[in-house]
Parts: sequence; structure tokens; C-alpha cells
Amino acid sequence: MSDSGSILTLALSLVLSGDAELWSIIGLSLRVSLTAVLLACLIGLPLGAVLSVARFRGRGAVAALLNAFMGLPPVVVGLAVYLVLSRSGPLGVFGLLYTPAAMIIAQTILVTPLIAALARQSLADLHGEYDELFRSLGLSATEKVSALIWDGRYSLSTAALAGFGRAIAEVGAVIIVGGNIEHVTRVMTTTIALETSKGNLALAMALGIILILLALIVNAAVMALNRTARRLAYA
Amino acid sequence: MLKPPEEHATVYSGGDSLFPLEVSGLAFSDRGRNLVDNVSLTLDGRSRTVILGPNGAGKSLLMRLLHGLLQPTAGTILWGGRPLDAAVRARQAMVFQRPTLLRRSAEENLRFVLGHLPRTARDARITELLADAKLTDIRTMPARLLSGGEQQRLAIARARAADPDVLFLDEPSASLDPASTHAIEELIRAIHAEGTKIILVTHDLGQARRLADDVVFVSRGRIMEHQPAADFFLNQRSDAARAYIEGRLDIGTVDQS
Repeated sequence: MSDSGSILTLALSLVLSGDAELWSIIGLSLRVSLTAVLLACLIGLPLGAVLSVARFRGRGAVAALLNAFMGLPPVVVGLAVYLVLSRSGPLGVFGLLYTPAAMIIAQTILVTPLIAALARQSLADLHGEYDELFRSLGLSATEKVSALIWDGRYSLSTAALAGFGRAIAEVGAVIIVGGNIEHVTRVMTTTIALETSKGNLALAMALGIILILLALIVNAAVMALNRTARRLAYA
Repeated sequence: MLKPPEEHATVYSGGDSLFPLEVSGLAFSDRGRNLVDNVSLTLDGRSRTVILGPNGAGKSLLMRLLHGLLQPTAGTILWGGRPLDAAVRARQAMVFQRPTLLRRSAEENLRFVLGHLPRTARDARITELLADAKLTDIRTMPARLLSGGEQQRLAIARARAADPDVLFLDEPSASLDPASTHAIEELIRAIHAEGTKIILVTHDLGQARRLADDVVFVSRGRIMEHQPAADFFLNQRSDAARAYIEGRLDIGTVDQS
């Protein structure tokens, strides 16, 4: 491990030099994960809000299922999406396997339950507080859901950031459905896995640094959001 | 014992009115406990009715049943001859003990219930409501940063926004100081003067004396008596009400929880 210092130096210089390959990998990572989180929010936030408001038989079971799916193993999601998108699969005709679209689909599936479950929890608390007011005002279910999503926007942003944290750091699903093809589907985590196995530790380490920086940024954003929410008494 | 007093005897005004309110045999039980027990009551649409009684008497439950926030176990509620449905509830508003304000600014809390109005009319109505509640200065403040008194005045302003025929208030000043309580009572008087029926729950004898036209005394889920306020405070017909009033006199009338 006498090299570890020099590897780190090399990694830092890669990060700072604006290496084109490095940045194209980072760019794809961000594009895939941000798109997946956006889609997961479009599905998960209303789903979580509806579950926090609706009263129907089996609501508890759905909530429990969502909570369980928060921890879906990425490789299993990758495998399932692979089977669906592969040539012989039901959606094989679209030829999506080994494209960024396939990675977006896999990460969306991975992250949607997380966002929906977190949204359901925080909006259920909010709904407990608003319930009698909403019923007194005679609001429709749609009006309730949209009011809850708007008033819960700070905690929902936190849920979205948690989803992004999970998506950007995940390797199991994207490597199965993306295939880690250079310049096509190679993202940060898959590159780290590959380059480490090839012994090219500097590039792996450089990407690792970026990933950690992203994690720090996400956490700082969560803290800033929470602080703003508290200051405005919106938390 | 449940006969309404002469002054408040009611006749059907017919047509569109929500009054008289006629409640008969109303009951609400939870886990085998009869929390509201065989309540019958008739209310007119003009007076300020105060539902008075000790903590846990079922006052708030009774109010929620009248507003339709809870479904009774038995009995009927008729508003102007009509069963309590969404259309009836839409003409009522309720203010809760703990002000339930949206996580928005003061004016957004009002705008929330005025969505049906065109923009200019809505802004004018918001200005008017805030002025009446002496909240003009804090129009754009986050509602939940307001003081307890301001929050409750905003909640009342919001309840008033849609010009309800009935305003329910559940211990609206239970956790407020005397000055804030006074401001809230003034607001309630102003709303009543516009022709809104007031139904207010309190355990505060002083508030009941100041606001009530008629008093419904509740104890252990039952209505013990319903009298004009002047008569009630002079001469309680039920032992429970007498004990309540005498007990309070022993320890003073100030009850700021």
C-alpha cells in the first residue's frame, strides 16, 4: 500500500484536471439518476400522499409493502428489469437493454418505493394534524392530496434527496441493465467496480471522491432545507 | 329537562335555513363507553349558544357530531329539517381548540378557502378579514410563527371567510391570556352580529357569562339543562350545573389552562 498516497494524488489531479472521460462518466451518472429521481417523485409523491389520506382495506398492508420495498436489493431490481427488457422479454422489442433508458427504468423502480414510503410517513403526520380541518372544509381527496404535498414540500424534498442518494450510489441494478459499456452506459459506480478490478485505482479513486462529494452536497442540502423549514415554522 | 326555553322556541323558517337544529336521541359510544348519551336538543339560528361543562363531559364530541366530523352511534340530527350532509356542512365552519393553520403565510391560509372567488374579489376579502381580526400587519408572515392569540384569530378569520351560517368554536381561547381571550370574544361578537349562529364549547364560566345567550350544560355525556343564560346563571336546575358553578366560585372564576 505504499502507492496509496500517490494514487490519491493522481485521483485528485484527475478530478481537478477536468479529464474528459471522467466528466462524461459523471455527466451520465447525474443524467440517469436525476431523471430516475424525477420520475420516482412524479409517481412516488402522489402515491405516498394518497396512501396518507385514503382509508381503504389493506392500506396497512400497502404501507408495509412500501416500507419493505424501501430496501429492495438493487441487483434483484436489475435482474427483474433485465428479464423484462431482454430480447425475449415482454418489452424486448423496444431494444432498451444496455441503454441509459434501461438504467433510468431500473433506478426509478428502485427509488420510487423509498420516496413513496418517506412521503407517506411525513404526510400521514401532517394529515393527522389537518384531518379535521380538511373534513370541516369538505375538501375532495384531490384537494387534500395537493394541499398536503404543497405544505409538506420541505420534508418531501428531503425524501427526494434521499432517493437521489440511493440512486447515484447504486451499482447492482445499473451494471446489469446497462452493461457498463464505455461511453454509453458507464457511470461512476460501475466504473469504480470495473477499474478497481482492473487495478486502475486512480480513476476509481477519483470517481469515489466525486461520489463522496455528492453525498456531502446532498446532506448539506437536506440540512439547509430542514433549517429553512424550521425557521419558517413549516417543518 | 330538555325543553328549549321560551325565548328560543323555534319555528320552521322554511326554505333554505339550517334552523331549527333538531337533535334527538343522539348517542356516541366508543369501546363500550357512552361518551354522548341520548342527547336531544333544539337550537334556533340567532343566539350565541354556549355548551358548558367540565372537562371530559362530551362537549367537544357533541359539537363534532353536530358538524358531522363524527358519525353518531344512534339518534338523528336535522338542520332545518335536512339531514347533515356535505351541502349542510359546507354552510358551517369550525374553529378548533388548537388553531389548525396551514404551513403557509397568513394570507395564504385565507386564500386557501377563498379559491372560488375571482382574484380581485378574493384579495379584497382577505384584506377585510385580516383587518377585522387585527392581523393586517402580519399578512405575509408564516402563520405558524404568529403568537397563540394571532393564530387563533387567523383561524377564526379563515372560518369566517366563507360566510358560514353556523360557526362552531371548540374552546377557542383555552390556552390564551386574558387580553387575547378578549380579542377573540370581540371577534366572535362581530361575526354573530353579521347573522352567523354561534355554537361555542367552553369550560370557562367567565367566557360563558360574557358570550352566552343560552347555555347548554353538559355532564357525563348528557345534557343536564338548556336555559337562557340569564336564567341559567341565576338558577341552575340541575345539581351537576349547580355543583359546577359553586365549585368554580370556591376557587375563583379564572381558568387559564
